[in-house]
Amino acid sequence: MTPGLRASAAALLARDLRLVWRRRGDALQPALFALLVVVLFALAAGGEREALARHAAAVLWLAVLLAGLLALDSLFRGDAEDGSLEQWLLAPVPLPWLVAVRVFGHWLTTSLPLLLAVPLLGELLFLPRAQLPVLMLSLLLGTPLLGLLGAVVAALTVGMRRAGILVALLALPLYVPVLVFGAGSVAAAAQGLDAGGALLLLGAGLAAALVLAPLAAAAALRIAHN
Amino acid sequence: MNPVLRWFHQLGSPPYFDRFAARWAPWCYGLGALAMAWGVYGALFQVPADYQQGDSFRILYIHVPCAWMSMAVFALMAVYAAIALVWRIKLCEILAMACAPAGAAFTVATLATGSIWGKPMWGTWWDWDPRLTTELILLFLYLGVIGLYHAIDDRRQAARAAGLLAVVGIVLLPVIHYSVTWWNSLHQGQTISLFGESKMDPSMLPPLWWMVLGTHVWFVGSLLARARADNLRREAGKDWAAQAAGAAS
Repeated sequence: MTPGLRASAAALLARDLRLVWRRRGDALQPALFALLVVVLFALAAGGEREALARHAAAVLWLAVLLAGLLALDSLFRGDAEDGSLEQWLLAPVPLPWLVAVRVFGHWLTTSLPLLLAVPLLGELLFLPRAQLPVLMLSLLLGTPLLGLLGAVVAALTVGMRRAGILVALLALPLYVPVLVFGAGSVAAAAQGLDAGGALLLLGAGLAAALVLAPLAAAAALRIAHN
Repeated sequence: MNPVLRWFHQLGSPPYFDRFAARWAPWCYGLGALAMAWGVYGALFQVPADYQQGDSFRILYIHVPCAWMSMAVFALMAVYAAIALVWRIKLCEILAMACAPAGAAFTVATLATGSIWGKPMWGTWWDWDPRLTTELILLFLYLGVIGLYHAIDDRRQAARAAGLLAVVGIVLLPVIHYSVTWWNSLHQGQTISLFGESKMDPSMLPPLWWMVLGTHVWFVGSLLARARADNLRREAGKDWAAQAAGAAS
């Protein structure tokens, strides 16, 4: 009997979450990394209140993006090493579906804790309160988009032992538009302009990536495993 | 079989392509160099100085063809890569990967000439404006394709992975092309158009078309030469490759 889409998704998600739960400390890594970026930026900028507040939203976006880039490696690596990925390829369930579920699980365990930490990090950088809702909304739309684009990159480099800087080089051009519109929406709100346009573009990008990125990532996984 | 179609199928064979590229690459280089030389001569000596920008506008005769090529080559690379991914034609993989270094070079030339022109005109080498930024992203895309191609050991797998990245990257191409129209930009809008009336004075146009023709033909020569080298490297173990290289059979 072949498992249905929903059953396979539930099984995969439960497995991913259980694995993360067994190593709870790892789940905090992205948030810790973002905290480091924020602290280092504050120290490098001299801790002046106005200067920090002016750049707070951009730095937070950057910290989230870099933390996501760092977490990309764990997206398929474990499964490629222990052979689960071959089972994915052989499974009677469509591969893009499994990829989409995995990206969702990955977002739940790496980006969501980070998003919860953002208001706190914002306080550290004296982020103006009025900007917080727009920042959170843009991150809520932006982080899944980053995860989906990153999945394509992670799938392309899954066969390599030392992907390192290549992952960053491949992800950068795909991440730039997201960063521009994400940080742009907050910047627009800070100037009293309408942030809606940038947010709608982010949402449109997310909708397109939800459909296309799993397909591309699945194709890349097939290439990597012939 | 239709002769054109038969020629097309023959071209997919590595030995046939090797002979074809060896025959035509020097012609393309020669004709491209001639066209570009004539274009540069016209741009430097025949065209009058611009009433606003003086002589510094002449760099556009290199900047504009390179910018067009940087985008056209990416599109061509993505088309080859898509064909290679769908029909698994080995030659298309090779051609797609041969596009990348040439395209990257055109992109670097675009950025360099643009910033040299920008210094006297805008008073700055660089500005984070949409056109410049998107062109820079294009360069990173090219570098990503080249880097991925060389990071994987198996040549065919490497070409398919890098080709997939090229196909994914094509999404950004319209953004680059229309960035001048969509966002307020320091970069000027479109002034030259192939169809309909250009906003440039007609006397300034002929050298530009010679440069455009020259860069295209030169690129074809470069594509053939690169693809031939990669083709020979992949087929290095075969008899015909050894014979083509002059080894005693």
